Order: sequence, then structure tokens, then C-alpha cells
Amino acid sequence: MENKEQGFVTIEGKRVPIQGEKNLLELIRKAGFNIVTFCYHPELAVYGACRLCLVEIEGMGILASCTVTPKDGMKVRVNSDEIRKLRRINLELLLSSGNHDCTLCSKSNNCKLQKLAKDMDVTEIRFKSKKLDSHKDATSPALVRDHSKCILCGNCVRICNEVQGIGAIDFAFRGFKSKIATAFNKELGESHECVSCGQCARVCPTGALMPNSSEIEEVFKAINNPNKKVAVHIAPAVRVGLGEIFGLPAGEPIDGKIATALRMLGFDYVYDTAFAADLTIVEEATEFLNRFKKGTNLPQLTSCCPAWVNYVEKFAPEFIPNLSTARSPMQMMGPILKADFEEKGGKREDLVVVAVMPCSAKKAEAKRGEFYVDGNPDTDYVVTTVGLARMIKEAGIDFVNLENEWFDMPFGTKTGAGVIFGASGGVMEAALRYAVAELDPENARSVKFSSLRESKVFKEKTVTIGDATIRVAVVSGLKNARKLLDDIKAGKSHYDFIEVMSCQGGCVAGAGQPQFEGWALRKTRAEGLYKEDTELAYKSQDNSGVQALYGRILDKIGGPVAHKLLHTHYKSKKYQD
Amino acid sequence: MPNTIEKIAKDYNDAYKKITGRVTICGGTGCIAGGSMKVYDAFQKELDKRKIGYCLNITKGCHENYISMSGCRGFCAAGPLVSVNDIFYTHVKPEDVPEIVEKTIMKGEVVDRLLFVDPNSHKHCKTTAEIPFYSKQERILLHDCGRINPEDINEYIAHGGYAQAKRAYTQMTDAEVCKEIMESGLRGRGGGGFPTGKKWDLTRIEKGPKKYVICNADEGDPGAFMDRSVMEGNPNAVLEGMMIAARAIGADEGYVYVRMEYPLAVQRMRTAIKQAEELGLLGKNIFGSGKDFDIHVMEGAGAFVCGEETALIASVEGKRGMPNVKPPFPSQKGLFGKPTVINNVETLATVAKIMEMGAKEFKKIGTLTSPGTKTFAVTGHIANTGLVEVPMGTTLRQVIDDVAGGTTNDDGTVNKAAFKAAQIGGPSGGCLTKEHLDLPLDFDSLKGAGAMVGSGGLVVMNDKTCMVNVARFFLEFTQRESCGKCVPCREGTEQMLTMLNDIVEGRATLKTLENLEDLAKAVQKASLCALGKTAPNPVLSTMKHFRDEYLAHVVEKRCPAGVCKALARFEIVADKCKGCGMCKRACPVQAITGEVGKPHHIDPKKCIKCGGCKSTCKFGAVITGA
Repeated sequence: MENKEQGFVTIEGKRVPIQGEKNLLELIRKAGFNIVTFCYHPELAVYGACRLCLVEIEGMGILASCTVTPKDGMKVRVNSDEIRKLRRINLELLLSSGNHDCTLCSKSNNCKLQKLAKDMDVTEIRFKSKKLDSHKDATSPALVRDHSKCILCGNCVRICNEVQGIGAIDFAFRGFKSKIATAFNKELGESHECVSCGQCARVCPTGALMPNSSEIEEVFKAINNPNKKVAVHIAPAVRVGLGEIFGLPAGEPIDGKIATALRMLGFDYVYDTAFAADLTIVEEATEFLNRFKKGTNLPQLTSCCPAWVNYVEKFAPEFIPNLSTARSPMQMMGPILKADFEEKGGKREDLVVVAVMPCSAKKAEAKRGEFYVDGNPDTDYVVTTVGLARMIKEAGIDFVNLENEWFDMPFGTKTGAGVIFGASGGVMEAALRYAVAELDPENARSVKFSSLRESKVFKEKTVTIGDATIRVAVVSGLKNARKLLDDIKAGKSHYDFIEVMSCQGGCVAGAGQPQFEGWALRKTRAEGLYKEDTELAYKSQDNSGVQALYGRILDKIGGPVAHKLLHTHYKSKKYQD
Repeated sequence: MPNTIEKIAKDYNDAYKKITGRVTICGGTGCIAGGSMKVYDAFQKELDKRKIGYCLNITKGCHENYISMSGCRGFCAAGPLVSVNDIFYTHVKPEDVPEIVEKTIMKGEVVDRLLFVDPNSHKHCKTTAEIPFYSKQERILLHDCGRINPEDINEYIAHGGYAQAKRAYTQMTDAEVCKEIMESGLRGRGGGGFPTGKKWDLTRIEKGPKKYVICNADEGDPGAFMDRSVMEGNPNAVLEGMMIAARAIGADEGYVYVRMEYPLAVQRMRTAIKQAEELGLLGKNIFGSGKDFDIHVMEGAGAFVCGEETALIASVEGKRGMPNVKPPFPSQKGLFGKPTVINNVETLATVAKIMEMGAKEFKKIGTLTSPGTKTFAVTGHIANTGLVEVPMGTTLRQVIDDVAGGTTNDDGTVNKAAFKAAQIGGPSGGCLTKEHLDLPLDFDSLKGAGAMVGSGGLVVMNDKTCMVNVARFFLEFTQRESCGKCVPCREGTEQMLTMLNDIVEGRATLKTLENLEDLAKAVQKASLCALGKTAPNPVLSTMKHFRDEYLAHVVEKRCPAGVCKALARFEIVADKCKGCGMCKRACPVQAITGEVGKPHHIDPKKCIKCGGCKSTCKFGAVITGA
């Protein structure tokens, strides 16, 4: 809606109406000048440091447009000689500092610094090269830092602090020696604060912060090892993210192409994590109904997001009793596949389980001590969505033109409830679908969940089934989660069941997904999952594979075998505890 | 109920009348470094020995000699300074004390040898009024600095202190206070020169109730010590200024942000706050006005950038000291997101004086657009290193030659003709040359000359100074002090420094000069805060005024001043060389040849410019040619 009272700004001679844009840069972009910037991020506070959005405003001089409120009558030059000169010098300064050898960088083709250098056709740098020494910090299983590629835009610092409320990283040292550091300048793997959510990597414009991709090589080796069988399973969010890398429309579920590609890569068994998501719901929703009936350890907090689990252990251990003990789908899939393999006469260590996840924290989750049996992990390797794309490209697979195949049975069966796990609100919806059907089988589909599907960081709903009233909340982003915990502690909020996802918008916006900015793409990806949901069974208890599993390996829901394979425990990791 | 300030003033003045004599020992950082604490002790010891009565605190009653420390008296070059009543002694050592006691205190005689001797008239100056350094100044702000005991609030009150704060709180509205300061035309002494009254009024009209006053005492320019001297010499004047500012904007809390490298200033500010709290001048319901005001002292860790107001605010909040984009200005969203006035020490210390003399009187001092006086910390190749206060619009020549005694040669002898340049405004300022000697020092004239008043650092340089090296020195400072937030400042100052190093070390080409100038201008225009925007000033202004020196370094690989070691050419003056062979033996690379008893010679191709020969030669025969 155009608000005429806000007036017009003249940008390079073009009259552009002001329609509530927060700053001049947004207005300039609306006008069609897509100025490349590094420190401006629509999800973060204005920082004004990269100075690439400098413009000349008549009567005001040269200013960073991200810091200027658009006002009626402003006359703005975006490409004056002066501005072009400053922009080029700024870019050359950035390129002179650090290691920007694009052919040797995993971020190549997806790097803003590279894009701007290409757009401006920089072929020569008039300044001396500095800071070429690269120290790669690969100590964290989740993330890799390369300071020599860092341009100090501060996006990582701000998202960790403003959105996640953690502040695991900040600027350290002065001036030219500035760098992004953890507390006491420890390696990231030794940082007490980092929860591995990887949102820092999602907002990094260069290759300075990326999910750790070291396991890809191990996966290839396992595939080529004749003594091993390799099973792979893909998380819900992967199917609505991967296609973007190959130029396919965003949000279009491409399970079929992915299954084909995984077989072409040489995986022996191709499964769907959504199967395990159904299993998670069966266990977790049952756990909830038990707690709800007894009125103990409420609100129950979901535990499928590993960064959230890390957060609770490190910063809110008093809520550990509230966490569901049900494992995440990934960590249910591993032991089930290995138990199944053993049941069929194989040896546990001869089955290599690879999980393809939209997430960096999943990499750290797989390495938790609780998830090892006699030194053998339940999940051997975790590859991100972007990592899988790299494998497909390396193998020379013509992904776009692949035919659709299907997942292997029985661990490829799934319901829609398992698929929507990838969107914020999906786990809660799936759990409620289960609970409603258990409490009132006649009206299993009576509850509508549209309010839990909105593109919001906080959602709530009250469901009444018979005489039971269940109050649920869905929150994404750790700072928002913290606030909710504080409100609960203060007695200001009352819920029975809360879904928490570390990444705003849920797994579709995870650090392992193709990089993006803003809410539009989150929404598109989530819609892809809800679309696939409509084509599948409604609730997790209808998953025939899951039903069969209880008969065959697991015995009864919540029983001792289920507990051994499908549940876990937590411990406080609070600093100085 | 504590006494009223009128009562305190009366009691103090009554007590003061009863003392038989007053000894004031300068307790400024410069004099303390020169040993004035020992002089202070020596006085007590000597008086004890001779059983002469004295007291160290007048308010408890004193019928004898009153001995106290004072704050900085400005004449640092002649310290430690001691005055006995009106008699002003310089370079006083503890061993001089018995003589002072015997002659001056006991008999009222003058110790001639400790008086300042005017180098021009060779006259022995008995009082400060006879010394040109003082007589040519107009000390309004510094009037009480060095005269009163900075650790005794009563003396400040006895000199009329806190009367203006009382008037502001009890007889004026907030708008009236703002109006008074606005009409005085007072402009911020921290560097920017923004009208103080306007700043206050902009904060006054913002919504409360919570507002803050911050005193910016993060004086970080190399060679500047105006703010330190004011805090050390008259801390209560700063507090009173803050109180008046708080009244003007409606603040109930204030911070003094002092760098931790100023321990004495920190201690004196804390003492003053404590005493003011004890008298009820700070705290709840001050002067019965129903208004509260508390002041905290916060020590900064010494980052130059924290002098920038938004970085300072971040630092007070406990965050990394990095500037933030403006708007919002501190007046709208400052400390902890609340409307905040942030003023420099000197600005705040001037406020009560303005209120006392009235805006109209104040405007008569200085120039039309820059009323009032300004303090300058004069250092470098200058006879009287020290702190001076002159009306705005005083010329550079008057400050350097009349007040500060003139430019000196490297050996310290006065040589007014040796003046080459003055760096004004610290590393953010620009250099002024001979052509600017008659330039009036005020905000607008300096801006027109490509320099700035800055906080008031004034470094005088003689003709043996390499201006490229000076630019390099200041840039090295700002480069090191850049916070690292914005690209032009973080990366640009580093690259500029690299280029300047190339120039002074003989690696530069004309292209280097072109790139340096382009980059300097870009850093000036594109940086986020004033640190980056002004960091190139020393480079650009020396490039403008001393381009020939840059060209000599770049094209001829020659440093005209003979300062840049890498470009130095060591030569042996045949007339002076005795052929002793000392230099030959000192040379680590066998670059020196010559027979015993005959002049030696240095092979410039072999010479590594270590300087060993020059320091070995007893006859001054080895020189560095230009």
C-alpha cells in the first residue's frame, strides 16, 4: 500500500515513493539498484561498517544509506564519480586484506565479496596484500572458521547476540588486528557458549564461517569400501532446499530426484528421516500424554533441535527435567538401522549411517557420547544439504534432469506429520495430531493448525479435547526461547507443551541449507513441506513401517527396548557447575 | 542537615583570614613526576624541625602556616612549582626547602635563585604576574587551578563555587539554564565545536524521566593534557558544570568517563564527588529543589576511540568501545538508550563561570563565533612546555612566541626563527605552518585552514623536523587506535601507514604518493566516525604544505631534515676528522676507509646506516647529510 504522506525520494533521477522502508538502502534496492553490501542484513540491526552503501545526498553529503531514514524530497546519487571511487577503494581495501583466492574456496559462486569484485570487474588491487596467513579453526564438529576470509562485517556477532541471545563470539583486538573471537580467544570447539546452531555461518557473506564439511570425504570412502554397507537418510527440510542450488524452483519438494541421486552416488540404502520423525512423535507425544495426565515436568519441551538441547544444558539446566527424553529423529534412525542390520545378521560397525541434514548442530549431536555403542556411533556421518549438493556435483550427476525414484522400505515410509518437522510449528502440529487421535479417535482431524503455520517466531494455541485443555507454544530463535523460559519461571506464561527450534522459522532456515536472507524463502520452503504433507497419511501412528517396527524390534511404546534405543538423557553443562 | 554553601564559604574565609602564611606546592602530574611530593614532605619536616606551626587542613581551624598541594599550574617546564604567599618559586627541589623556610617563611625574604628568570629581559620574576607565560594568558577556566586545594571542596565553595549550581536548581527553569548557555555562544571544547546550549536544549526537549549527563574525560591525543589538568586542579568546577547540565536537561544521573591512565585525576574527581555528597550537593533533593543527581566515575581502558561519544557510551554500558551510527544522536538515544548530554571536561568546567559572569560578559571574550577562552597544551620544540589559556582568536604566533616563550632548537635554546610547523588538534588535526602564524585560533579560522581546534593539543616543531615522519607518527597512532569497525578506517589507515613507511624507507614511487592521496581522501569521506574521518588530516595537510619534502623522499630518496634513518647519508667532514680510526673500528660492514691521521671516508654503497660511526666519533666529524 502506498502511503502518499511519506513522499518521494529521487534516486538517480528516478522518483521513488517511500512506503515505510526502514532505511534509504531498502528504498534504493526497491528502486532497482541492487547495491551489494556486507554488513547490512535485513534480519539484523543496522551496523554501518562496510561503507559499501555510501551514497551522495544533496545537502547532506556522503552517508551510508543503511543508516539514513528516507525523507520526502531527498535527492540521492548512487553512482556518482565520487561514490564509484569510494566504493572501489573500499572493495580494493577488503580484497587486499586476507586471503581471497576464490578457486580455493568452498564459498565460491555464493560469496558476496566475489560477486561484487566480479560486478565491478576488479582486475588489479593498488594496495599491498595483508593478513594472508590463514588459520583455519576446524575444532568444532559443526563449523569451520577461516579468519583470513573474514571481512569483519560483524553479521555473525550480531545474529549470535541479537537473535540467539548467546554472544558466543564478538570482536576482539583493535583496529587492523581486529578479529572475531570467542571468549578468551579459544577455538570454537572449546567455546563454552557456542551451541553449534550455525546461524553465524548462514549470515556470513564470505567463506569465513561455514558448516564443517570434512565428513564428505569419509562418506565417499565408506561408499567405496566393499566391506561396508552405507545407509543414508534425508531430513524433511533437505527436500525443499537442495533444488535451489541446482536452479530448481525454491520450495518444490524433490524427494524423487534426491533418492535417485543418492543411489547414483552409491549409497546402499536410501531412507527418509521423516520415518524416524514419525517414530519420534509416537514416543514424544506418548511421553507428553503421560506427563500431562500426571501433571509432572510440564511444560514438556521438545528435544529434536540439537542446538536447543545444547542451549538448555549450558544456559538453562533447570529446565532439563522438562526436556522430552525422546531422541531426535536422526538419533532414532541410527540405532534402529543398526539394530535392524544386526537382526539380519550384520555387524553393527559394518553399517555406516549417513544423515543429510539442513543443520550444523546435527554434526555435533552425532558426536555426543551418549550416542555411541562400544565406540561405534549411532550416526556415523552428517552431511549438510549444501554438502550433499557438493557430492552430487563432484560425482558429475546431472541432477536437474534426473528421473524420480523412491526411498527404500521400510525406513522410507512416512506420514505427512513426519515431513512437516522441517518447519517451525511442524513438530508441535505432528504431536497434536497424534495426541488428538489418541484422546478422541472419532474426531482425529477436527483440530485446525493454521495458527501454528504462520511465519512468526512465537505462536501459541489452545486445544480442547473432551475435558482436556492443552496449551501449546511454538518458538523459534534462541533469544525468543530464552524470553519464554524467563516468563515461565516468572509465572507469566503457562503452557503444557512447547516446541523450540533454534533457527528462526525452523529447520528450513538451518545453517546447512542454501544461504538466504529474509522471511520469504523460509515461507516458500515451509509451504513445500505442507504441500507434501497433503499427499501423505495424516498422523504418525498411521506409519505402517513404524507400526511394524514396534512389533519386530521395539516391543511397546515407551517400553524398555524403546527407551534404550529411542530415548536419551541430559546433563547440566552450565559454566562453573 | 548540612551547612548551606554560604555558611561554608563564610566559615572558610573567616578561617583563612587567620592563617599566617600559605605554601602551595604544585601537585599536577608534571610537578609530581618532577618530585613535588618530596618537596611537600620536606616542608613539613623542615617546619617540624624548626618548630614552626603549620596545618594541612584549614577548615579545622588554622592560625599558622597553611600548606597544601594544588592542581596543575600550567608552567610545567619550570616545575616543581612552589608559591609562598605571592612569591613564586620554580624548579624547587627538597634540598631547597630549608632555605625557603628560613628566608621566606621566617623572614619574608625572597630566595632569588629560585625565581623564574625571563630569558628576554633577564629579569627575576617574583610573582606570576611578572612572568610573560602567565601575564599574556587570560586564565578564566584555569583561574583557580593551581591556586586552590583541589582536595578541599570548602575552598572551592569559598571562592564562589556551587553558587551557580544552586541558582540553577533553585531560581531558574531548565529552559532558562539552556538559554543562558545558548546565549553565551559556548561551543564544545572537545573538538567538534557544537554549540553546547543547543545540545542541552535538544536533550531537554526529549522525553524523560531518565536522562544522563556524561563528562567526556577520555583525553587521548598524544601531547594533550588540558582535561587532566582541569580535573586535577579544580575537579569541583567539572562537577558543578555537570550539575548545571543535569538541571538543564532534567537528568538525575551522571558519569565521568576518565581514562585509567589518569590516576590522579580519577582520585581527585572521586574525592570531590565524595565531599560533594557529604555536603548534600550531590544526591537526593539537592538545594532543597526536590531534584536528585548522582555522579559516578567510570575508568576507561585507554582506547582513543572511546573519546568518540557513541563509542564512549558503548564503553560505559560495558560493551566494546566502538562507535555507532548517528542518528540517533545521544540527545535522542544515548546511554542505556536514554537521552544523554555528553560534554567535554573543559566545556563543563566553563559553565559555572559563564553563569557567574553572565552570557553577555562571556561573549565579550574571544571572537564573535567562538566566544570565550581555550586552553592549549603546548609541547614539542618550545621554551615553556605547559598548559595555557588564551581568548579564542589569539594568533598562533602570540601563543607560541609570547606565552610559550618561542620555538627552540634541538638543544633547547630559543630560536623563534626555527619554527617550522605546529600540529594542532592532535592526530585528528592538521599542521599549521609559518604562513599560519598570524591565524587567529578559533573554530572557524582553523577549519578554514584545514586544521581543527580539536581538544587543544599544540605540538610545536622546529626546522629539524621531518614532516613526512610527523605525518607517519600521527597516523601510526590513529592506525593503532582504530577500533576496526568500518572498512576505510581499519584497512585504509593500515594501507596508508604502509605507504608512509615505504616513503620514509625509500621504497616509494610517485604512484605511491598518488595512491596515498587518493586513499587518504577516501578514508576521510567514507569512514564511520570522526576518528577515521580525521585520521588522514596530518597526512593530507603535510602533503599540502610540505609536498617538496615528500617528493625529496620519493624521487631523490633523501630526507631533507635528516631524520629518516633509512634515507640518511652518513658522511665524514674532512676538516673535523682527526683520523683516529674509531669510526672505522665501529663500522660492522667495513664501509669506512682511511689512513691513521688522515680524514676517513664512508662508502655509501656499503653503509647500512646503523649510526655506529656517528655515535663513536668524539669530534663530531660524522654527520648525516640531507
